[in-house]
Amino acid sequence: MSDAKAVNECQPSFARGLWALTRRELKKWLNDPVMLVMFVLQPLIWMGLLGKSMNIGGLLSAENIKLPPQIPIPGNAVLSPPDLPGVVLDGTALSQMFAEMGSKIMEDTFGVADYFSFMAVGMVSMIVITTTMFSGMSIVWDRRLGFLDKVISTPVSRAAIIFSKILNATFRAMFQATVILALAYLLGLKLSSTFTPLNLLGVYAAIFLLGVGLSSVFIAFSIRSTRMERPMQFISLITMPLMFASNTFFPTKLMPDWMQAVATVNPLTYLTDAIRHLTILPMDTAALIRDFTYLGLFAAVLATIGIVLAWKYLTR
Amino acid sequence: MIKAESLTKVFNRSLVAVDHITFSVRDGEVFGFLGPNGAGKTTTINMLITVLKPTEGTASVLGFDVVKQANEVRKVIGVVPQEYTADEDLTGYENILLCADLYGIPRETAKKRALELLELVELTDFKDKRVETYSGGMRRRLELACGLINRPKVLFLDEPTLGLDVQTRAATWEYIRRLKKEYGMTIFMTTHYLEEADALCDRIAIIDHGKIVVTGTPSELKDSLGGDIITIAIKENADVTGIIQSVENVKEVRRENGAYRVKAVKGEVTAPLIIEALRRKGYTVTRLSLTEPTLNEVYLEYTGKALRDTEESSRAEFMAQRLHLWRARRK
Repeated sequence: MSDAKAVNECQPSFARGLWALTRRELKKWLNDPVMLVMFVLQPLIWMGLLGKSMNIGGLLSAENIKLPPQIPIPGNAVLSPPDLPGVVLDGTALSQMFAEMGSKIMEDTFGVADYFSFMAVGMVSMIVITTTMFSGMSIVWDRRLGFLDKVISTPVSRAAIIFSKILNATFRAMFQATVILALAYLLGLKLSSTFTPLNLLGVYAAIFLLGVGLSSVFIAFSIRSTRMERPMQFISLITMPLMFASNTFFPTKLMPDWMQAVATVNPLTYLTDAIRHLTILPMDTAALIRDFTYLGLFAAVLATIGIVLAWKYLTR
Repeated sequence: MIKAESLTKVFNRSLVAVDHITFSVRDGEVFGFLGPNGAGKTTTINMLITVLKPTEGTASVLGFDVVKQANEVRKVIGVVPQEYTADEDLTGYENILLCADLYGIPRETAKKRALELLELVELTDFKDKRVETYSGGMRRRLELACGLINRPKVLFLDEPTLGLDVQTRAATWEYIRRLKKEYGMTIFMTTHYLEEADALCDRIAIIDHGKIVVTGTPSELKDSLGGDIITIAIKENADVTGIIQSVENVKEVRRENGAYRVKAVKGEVTAPLIIEALRRKGYTVTRLSLTEPTLNEVYLEYTGKALRDTEESSRAEFMAQRLHLWRARRK
């Protein structure tokens, strides 16, 4: 081996290292279709069972509010004047009126006529949170298997090691979100009239930002550990509350104040809101600007914290 | 090539894994760290390959400090870890190329070299098979190939034959010898197999409880025990201790079961001299055997069987105490 060149020949670049490590992760992922299905299965079950059974739109519809055609009200039920004869209400017209009220309530509360569309979009945040958690924390496996130590002993950029994890987690979340949104569409998700395929770019951007933010948290969380069980239990414990204390299942405006406060800082709220405005709700530029600003800040701040911590603790 | 100066690693502020060790490895030599499990061998390697930060002391590889110039160190070293770190979902070839990417070796060079290395470790036929399907020996060879992709000046081998069968171990030794001979590579290896250290290493440091207890070439270490053992018997029934004692290089003579047990430096030279001395005095030698001390004896001498024994007994004592306490509490 010609030793003269050996030292100069290594030119580790951030981009090349990042690409190599990310590609490895993605290959591993594509080799394991079972896991791929598993991650989609959970939100699919929620969407298919809860989303379809909680038929709030149907609850408030004319078919559900069936009144007899004629509803007699006796004279003594009317307070004044005291001697008027009783009246008969037109039940059909009344139920029509209730149904109109119902759809008004749906419109004001959920923004759409059917609850399914509302909650199906929320499933994207479930996808993002579970996917980023698992793939972010796979760094623990890499450590246990010795792979991480081997990578650390090469001159590859430390940032590339961290970013490959973040990118992989985010790509997976984006892919699985696509699957779940496609399934939701097949199951009857109603798109708004302002929807154009271009809006999907916005959807991906929102998922990307939340994915980067959340996976940074999970990586920072697990960078030091050699065990996966405890952090994972903690995270699966907070996943559900995080989803309930956001607009995933129900609008925040009807929540008690303390819960609204949680929902306001909860990044899932902004992801879900952004995706709703891009798909099922009419486009609302002001809301989108607010959502993307928050998600962008969330991603930037947490990715910075995650990378600083990871940098510090990658070498023990 | 490698220099370590009171290198120390303390885990969790209390567990001293490596305790102020100082050593140096010369250009082109195979240097072995020999010691029982948990002696601090892997921790030392991990500090040298920049995976762990030393708590105290300094170390350098090719003059680059392992903390301050870690990236320079990483470029010139190759690492073959104890574990199988290759990705099971990728093929052997893909794994080597992944390593090449991490070093930033130009793609074309990397591909050419990967094929060469696969040839060297005899994995060419399996290069497109997923590592999942590899046997332990094949995986170890793949690790070796990965560790060589950047043509390192210093190669670190952590327990290179751990858990391998006899044939695969012999083959691995052969690769290591070739690397040294053909490429003049400096090799730093750890092992807890005595034969391995003896067969491969130019110099050995015996490490125990995080400290280097002795350093030297295998033969120096063996000689330090006081030389070879020559056992001699004569036909006549007489005491010839004095005659044997007077021969050059003889250190110690003891009469045991009608034979003489002689400790001597360079036994193969001394033995004929003893025979000659005895014959000149009219005695006839009927039996002679020569045993060289093995590294095994060196190892026991320095890591101390007695040391381990006290450890065992204190542990037994501790267990007995606990049992006693437990019984007392139940009453």
